Amino acid sequence: MVGIIGYGSYVPRYRIKAEEIAHQWGKNAETIKRGLLLQQKTVPGLDEDTITISVAAAKNALKRAGINPKEIGALYIGSESHPYAVKPSGTVVGEALGIVPDFHTSDFEFACKAGTEAMFVSYSLVKAGVVKYAMGIGADTSQGAPNDALEFSASAGGSAFIFGKENILAELLFTHSFTTDTPDFWRREGAFYPHHGGRFTGDPAYFKHVQSAAKAILKKSGYLPSDFTYAVFHMPNGKFPLRVGKKLGFTNEQMKPGWVVNLMGNTYSGSSPTGFSATLDIAKPGDLILLVSFGSGAGSDAFVFKVTEKINEVRDKAEKVREMLADNPIYLDYGQYAKFREKIIMNE
Amino acid sequence: MPSPRYHREIPQRYRLEAEKCKKCGKILFPPRLICPECGSKNFEKVILPENGKIITFTIIRVAPQQFEAEVPYAIAIVELENGVKITTQVVDCKPEDLEIGNSVKLVFRKIQEEGKTGIICYGYKAVLV
Ligand SMILES: [Zn+2]
Repeated sequence: MVGIIGYGSYVPRYRIKAEEIAHQWGKNAETIKRGLLLQQKTVPGLDEDTITISVAAAKNALKRAGINPKEIGALYIGSESHPYAVKPSGTVVGEALGIVPDFHTSDFEFACKAGTEAMFVSYSLVKAGVVKYAMGIGADTSQGAPNDALEFSASAGGSAFIFGKENILAELLFTHSFTTDTPDFWRREGAFYPHHGGRFTGDPAYFKHVQSAAKAILKKSGYLPSDFTYAVFHMPNGKFPLRVGKKLGFTNEQMKPGWVVNLMGNTYSGSSPTGFSATLDIAKPGDLILLVSFGSGAGSDAFVFKVTEKINEVRDKAEKVREMLADNPIYLDYGQYAKFREKIIMNE
Repeated sequence: MPSPRYHREIPQRYRLEAEKCKKCGKILFPPRLICPECGSKNFEKVILPENGKIITFTIIRVAPQQFEAEVPYAIAIVELENGVKITTQVVDCKPEDLEIGNSVKLVFRKIQEEGKTGIICYGYKAVLV
């Protein structure tokens, strides 16, 4: 049996409301809130990046796993906002967590699905018996260009998952990945903001890949949507995951616990992993959970998890996602936000 | 902060690694070569607790150039649960909300960047709990 032995998330303290961004650009906030189902998003502090968010999420995962970090043989971090172009985030995170030096690490990048890639490889190495424990992290401090629709959603946060063969809190039963060459969203080396291919972003990208991966894993597993207690789909905005879930035959009740996007925004590589983490926060032994990510470019990773008795023992050992979302947020105005995200040109 | 020194100090800055004197039990942070209490050179490694209380603090309004974007910010002396006192920035709060005696937790954050093309230095800071 292989599965998750520890999980944890991190949500930055700062927020900006949709009204504040809409006001800046003369847009109607109600249209955005109704259209995208987004109320606000998280903003990283000036001293936060993918590395610090990964460390914070991983510390929560270690608290729940209760293992010696030295026993982790592999660490993978998925992000589209690694602080260095050359020098893996995993080197700093491994050092900060005390995993160094006997471990393997690599940074993954695949738009919003880099986090589930890290989870997939971590799981596979443990299953193959190459390492005792492996940690996969999805974290981002994503940027949308000013006055772009993405500015309402691109946010910050992350989640970490430790895989092992003993003391499992959620067994990983099935996986499936679905990938094609689809130019829906990209960022060239050196470009500050990403580009998106307008009409490519909906049906041929998100919906096609999420639905194909979900249908394939349902077929592989023999489960029906009604067999699942919960389902989590990547959340580029509030509307897409609910719509894709409905098309696949899932109800809003199944998706609600993991649907954190209205309060958090799209945390890119951390998005569906954090929705999954929020779902584990309230799941009961025996619950089946479907997790499907999406990364532009494009691909989806699908997972079927079964929660065990262990969840009741470890759940309260670290802060939960919804607690962090509610915990004393600091709201920024657009000017403060522009400074935080280094959108203001300073004199050198 | 020159790069070689930053690299040498990673264990204390990233993981709060301190030294405990094997002779008199004093905990030294940052670690030193000789115990200032008893002169012993025998130490064992200990990890400092992450939780503590603000003993005193000051608010920086005029900062060195690399910290200008962060003003106003708070620098505090924090007494950790084992009695060790450290000086650290307190973040994710409005400095005017801080009070002596506030409970804090140490977190891993970016301290500074050596320019836009240099290395990024990480270390501990405090947040209110
Ligand atoms: Zn001594």
